[in-house]
Amino acid sequence: MIAHEFAYERPTTLEEATRVLTEHSGSVRLLAGGTDLVAWLRDDAVAPDLVVDIKAIPGLDTIELDGDELHVGSLVTFTDLIESEVVAEHAPLLIEMAETVASPGIRNRATMVGNICSAVPSCDAGPVLMAYDTTVHLIGPGGARSVSIDDWFIGLRETACSDDEVVTHLTLALRPHGGVYVKLMRYGGEDLAQAAVGIVEYPGHEYRVAFGAVAPTPIRAHRIEEVLRGKPLGEEVIADAVALVRDEISPITDMRATAEYRARMCEVMLERGLAASHERLEGAGPAYGTRLI
Amino acid sequence: MELSLNVNNEEWALDVAPADVLLDVLRERVGTKSPKIGCERGDCGSCTILIDGRSVRSCLVLAVEAEGHEITTVEGIGADHLSELQNLFISNNSFQCGFCAPGIVLSATELLARNPSPSRHDVQEALSGNLCRCTGYEPIIEAVLAAGERNEEVSA
Repeated sequence: MIAHEFAYERPTTLEEATRVLTEHSGSVRLLAGGTDLVAWLRDDAVAPDLVVDIKAIPGLDTIELDGDELHVGSLVTFTDLIESEVVAEHAPLLIEMAETVASPGIRNRATMVGNICSAVPSCDAGPVLMAYDTTVHLIGPGGARSVSIDDWFIGLRETACSDDEVVTHLTLALRPHGGVYVKLMRYGGEDLAQAAVGIVEYPGHEYRVAFGAVAPTPIRAHRIEEVLRGKPLGEEVIADAVALVRDEISPITDMRATAEYRARMCEVMLERGLAASHERLEGAGPAYGTRLI
Repeated sequence: MELSLNVNNEEWALDVAPADVLLDVLRERVGTKSPKIGCERGDCGSCTILIDGRSVRSCLVLAVEAEGHEITTVEGIGADHLSELQNLFISNNSFQCGFCAPGIVLSATELLARNPSPSRHDVQEALSGNLCRCTGYEPIIEAVLAAGERNEEVSA
């Protein structure tokens, strides 16, 4: 039961949605899958006057390949990603990540865009979207604008999205690549990440590395990427990268894991993840979806 | 607000508040008691229902969101006679206290509709969000695998 009362609107166009948001600026929450929002409403963690359900707006639930860009609408669920042939062929890391999110009953409802809008530290989509050079597209009263995923996460449950804006879709810049999403958790099913890393290697020895659940937001590991840039992966190069892990992350101790365990496992996950990404770039290595830890 | 809800192929006209959660409306207003109130935060799976054939946590859905969609609970699946899967749950002794059973039957029903002969891994993955504190899961997994084997025999 939710103790707090609120009004509910279900606009059928983006224009109507942004108008409603502008009129109620400050005490409104957007509803897509609701797997975070309804739990937060029940906990009184949020107490909006108005909930705006965007599920009746057409066109937000599509996955589209457009040349070397992949557009993922804000109503695309984790199950939609897992079942998409286009995603399997062009952005398989999204599926490797989506398969680790909770269980089917959540994935059938929860959206990837909702995941980055909730912006909890263990947000699974964050590290992978960072590794895929993603752009977030929004629409608001001033029109459309876009934000790089690197500038998206501001803090705990805080993003670059204003109260009067709606995310319409994400654009992933596609290139040939090999990647991994390695998620440390106590058990499958409903557990959140204790630590996670998303890694992509592009041809020409260009790398992306981003961590989850070891800082207030998902974080891109720029120093690690820099030390790897232009270098073929070998034992020494990987060791140089691993030596930087503790400079990049700021894990805490909580009910899921100690800070030391998280830090040590990030080192292990980076070491194994870099090797697996490279093998996958070369068309070998463990199939996407194989657990590395 | 006025809400028309399709539950197990029956139309219900209800007056609900936006803050009313679908699980509570199903149990208290519609009278379908098979979705259970467990953790009420999406962790345990005991409130699982099908919306348009997909398993969903009804504790994380507002009732108003369900308008225009088809809701299925165990009352709908077993309305005329028990499903093959339900019979296999009985013959495999897959229940003890039974609290998790409706959610697990629905999660497994979704799996078998999409993947008629699942592997053990497929079954474990499909049921990974449904907690059972009695059985140790093995008799449940055996029942779903047996349903898959029967599907295979039928299609062979």
